[in-house]
Amino acid sequence: MAELTTLPRLLLRNARDFATRTAIREKDRGIWQSYTWAEYHAQVRDFALGLAALGFKRGDRLSVIGDNRPRLYWAQVAAQCLGGVSVPVYQDSIARELAFVWNHADVSVIVAEDQEQVDKVVALRAELPTLRFVIYDDARGMLHYKHEWLKSFADVQALGREFGRTHAGDFEAAIEQGQGDDLAFVCYTSGTTGSPKGAMITHANALETAKTAMRAEDFRLDDDYLAYLPMAWVGDAFYTLIMSIVVGFAINCPESPETVQRDLRELGPTLVLAPPRIWENMLTAVQVKGADAPPLKRRVFERFRRAAEQAEILRSEDKPIPLGLRLTCALGEFFVYGPVRDQLGLRRTRWALTGGAPLGPDTFRFFRSFGVNLKQVYGSTETTGLVSLQPSREANPTTAGRPCPGIDIKIGDRGEVLVKSAGVFRGYLKNEDATREVIDRDGWFHTGDAGFIDPRGHLVIIDRAKDVGALSDGTPFAPQFVENKLKFSPYIREAVAFGDQKPFVTAMIAIDINTVGNWAERRSIAYTSYMDLSQKPEIRGLIRDEIRKCNETLPEAGKVRRFLLLTKDLEADDAEMTRTRKVRRRFVAEKYAPVLDAFYGGGDEVELVTTITYEDGRQATLKSRARLEDVEEAPVRG
Amino acid sequence: MEIREVSKTFGGVQAVTRVSLDVTKGDIVSVIGPNGAGKTTVLNMISGFYHPDSGRIALGGRDVTDLAPSKIAELGVARTFQNIALFRGMTVLDNLMLGRHVHMKSGVLSSFVYWGLAQKEEVRHRKRVEDIIDFLKIQDLRRRPTGSLAYGLQKRVELGRALALDPKVLLLDEPMGGMNQEEKEDMARFILDVNEEWGTTIILIEHDMGVVMDISDRVAVLDMGQKIAEGSPDEVRANPAVIKAYLGDTKGGGAREARRG
Repeated sequence: MAELTTLPRLLLRNARDFATRTAIREKDRGIWQSYTWAEYHAQVRDFALGLAALGFKRGDRLSVIGDNRPRLYWAQVAAQCLGGVSVPVYQDSIARELAFVWNHADVSVIVAEDQEQVDKVVALRAELPTLRFVIYDDARGMLHYKHEWLKSFADVQALGREFGRTHAGDFEAAIEQGQGDDLAFVCYTSGTTGSPKGAMITHANALETAKTAMRAEDFRLDDDYLAYLPMAWVGDAFYTLIMSIVVGFAINCPESPETVQRDLRELGPTLVLAPPRIWENMLTAVQVKGADAPPLKRRVFERFRRAAEQAEILRSEDKPIPLGLRLTCALGEFFVYGPVRDQLGLRRTRWALTGGAPLGPDTFRFFRSFGVNLKQVYGSTETTGLVSLQPSREANPTTAGRPCPGIDIKIGDRGEVLVKSAGVFRGYLKNEDATREVIDRDGWFHTGDAGFIDPRGHLVIIDRAKDVGALSDGTPFAPQFVENKLKFSPYIREAVAFGDQKPFVTAMIAIDINTVGNWAERRSIAYTSYMDLSQKPEIRGLIRDEIRKCNETLPEAGKVRRFLLLTKDLEADDAEMTRTRKVRRRFVAEKYAPVLDAFYGGGDEVELVTTITYEDGRQATLKSRARLEDVEEAPVRG
Repeated sequence: MEIREVSKTFGGVQAVTRVSLDVTKGDIVSVIGPNGAGKTTVLNMISGFYHPDSGRIALGGRDVTDLAPSKIAELGVARTFQNIALFRGMTVLDNLMLGRHVHMKSGVLSSFVYWGLAQKEEVRHRKRVEDIIDFLKIQDLRRRPTGSLAYGLQKRVELGRALALDPKVLLLDEPMGGMNQEEKEDMARFILDVNEEWGTTIILIEHDMGVVMDISDRVAVLDMGQKIAEGSPDEVRANPAVIKAYLGDTKGGGAREARRG
């Protein structure tokens, strides 16, 4: 066997060297079913040969849509074995977005999880000229679908076994032909502006980034990882496919999206990757359970929680922890921290990562103080998911960590973070202009994020570079910085801050229906809907207090002066956010132009006319009135 | 299944009068009608809960008119109820396992020892129950007490409990009653899937005309205890007697007059 320059070659190595080790588990019928690397290899081979029999060739593209299922992962690797490219898509995308991606990437085969996903493809069939076959995993409800181009995963594998009999060695030969420079993935970034762009990631990108990750972090052969994040996200491709195949550790697929929390606990993964929202939800769950506990338990919990917090603060400031506190913490480990970690499924977790968006310092500190080695990571699709990472001893809630070994970072114009590494992608598919915009002549990738390197050598991200502006008096203004502070409040789900070229800072706020709803119920405030709740005077008061708290941590000029509660949440389906829940700032500013005018032109009320897009593409308009509020009694008017 | 001229009176009330219904194997047949038309009574007679005063009911050529409900269940007839009838304090899993009860053969003693046959049997039944859990997509609810579930989910669990019997004929009494549109669509999907995947014959009672017309092979309409129409959804929709029973007599304007009086 030649050098291990592609994922399929590594798969062959795993099938040989780790034949009897578990490669992937799937919870099915309530039981964890395991597949060894030898079985993983056999499944991939049969499917790949089936694809070959159907005419799938080198360079062809295969897309997967659905939840994290072993067969969807095998399909991706199978395509790569034949020299094809995997194009995972977000299953919650609306039809128009799906059609765009499938057409743009010239996808010829789509592997869909079940009837629900197949129906989406069937509805778009006429618009997808390059599509040749749709293959489904779960046959349930598919009995009456009679299309030439529709096949079951099992049938394709059976076809592959048949084909393999007459074409012995084809599979291995195809892998042999694969080179490091071949494309492995095209991952679409939803992009805060315009159409999605397909980032081309080669096998070399993938394997080099994997090497970097192994130098920066502790991966082990006997690790367990739970694959529950969207497959279309580069992070899932990186950990579930690339790292698992490179290192050889086991991937675990939850039973259904609803059972993730329970599956997490049963499994106790040793590595955990989760976006801030999941950590916040876990913390809320702990707090709710804590509040419901009988008084004695609650007091014990509170006592040890405070001790852990004190110790964590001392530790982060590199101060010695007094003996008494250390003893309390040791006791707490036995009575509180350990059991809580066990309940959350984090008992075996050696390290846990959070990334994609900032995590509130309180949440961050809570997990660290309870003995979860939580750290921040920074990366993007274009860098195969990894740029910098916090070493375990330097974890903190403010930085994005140290640049990983082999990755060069420098700060360019306007404070933009530039990255150079072997993991930097090859470019955007069929979009040379966009590629030239982000990769300069010297090979530096322009991340579009504004940041700086702190004295310790950690990277700190402030905002998207193009969003950093200045108030009319010249004070620099980074909207995301303000928004993140606002979003640390449990009652605020989304916030959009304005202030560039304006006299003061304002914010549109989308409340969190769960926490605010709960708050309202406890005070016997009746409400019927999100819209109704968001315009209650009591809720405006609640949010005003939250903003005041947040303002205390902001410089005088950067304080939020006026705000408005939106009558609906910001939605990716309405193009207000990206699929990874980043605000599409320009679009939102245009869409809510009347609000902006009212913010700075005075006026206490504004009519919101918003268009709502349903998942199937239907649209409806919603008219509502929303009040503008001043944060302080005597507002500063421009 | 064959239902021949069945009648039932409660005291002086003639609930059902000489209703006949032929149900072909593998069909979805709906019984619709206004409140008090006798729909549930017909269902109760099929499941053996009531015995008809006259007429006969046959299942696969065998007369089942006077059999006890438990005997009829053993013949492969399962049902759900208009008002959910689950064990609220028990988990979803236990409720479904209970549905397997008719198929369990181990006696008290062998179950107590739980070794050998009894264990094998338990595993076999659990496997079947897991299939149903997977089918109805309620994996996350396995260990939840049914009483704590939302109404729509309880209905789904009740369907699961009926399916656990491995029925040849499934009787559903207003499976979509009290549901919102999304829940109704889900339930309709499940009913169609049960029918398709396992070839189960389904007789259902429903108020929601839209859903009934979408999923049924045949529809029978009852009014005042009598069958006034039967046929394919399209035929029934066009039937003047049905329109009259549902929308009232257009010429009479009775309701308006009554209010005036």
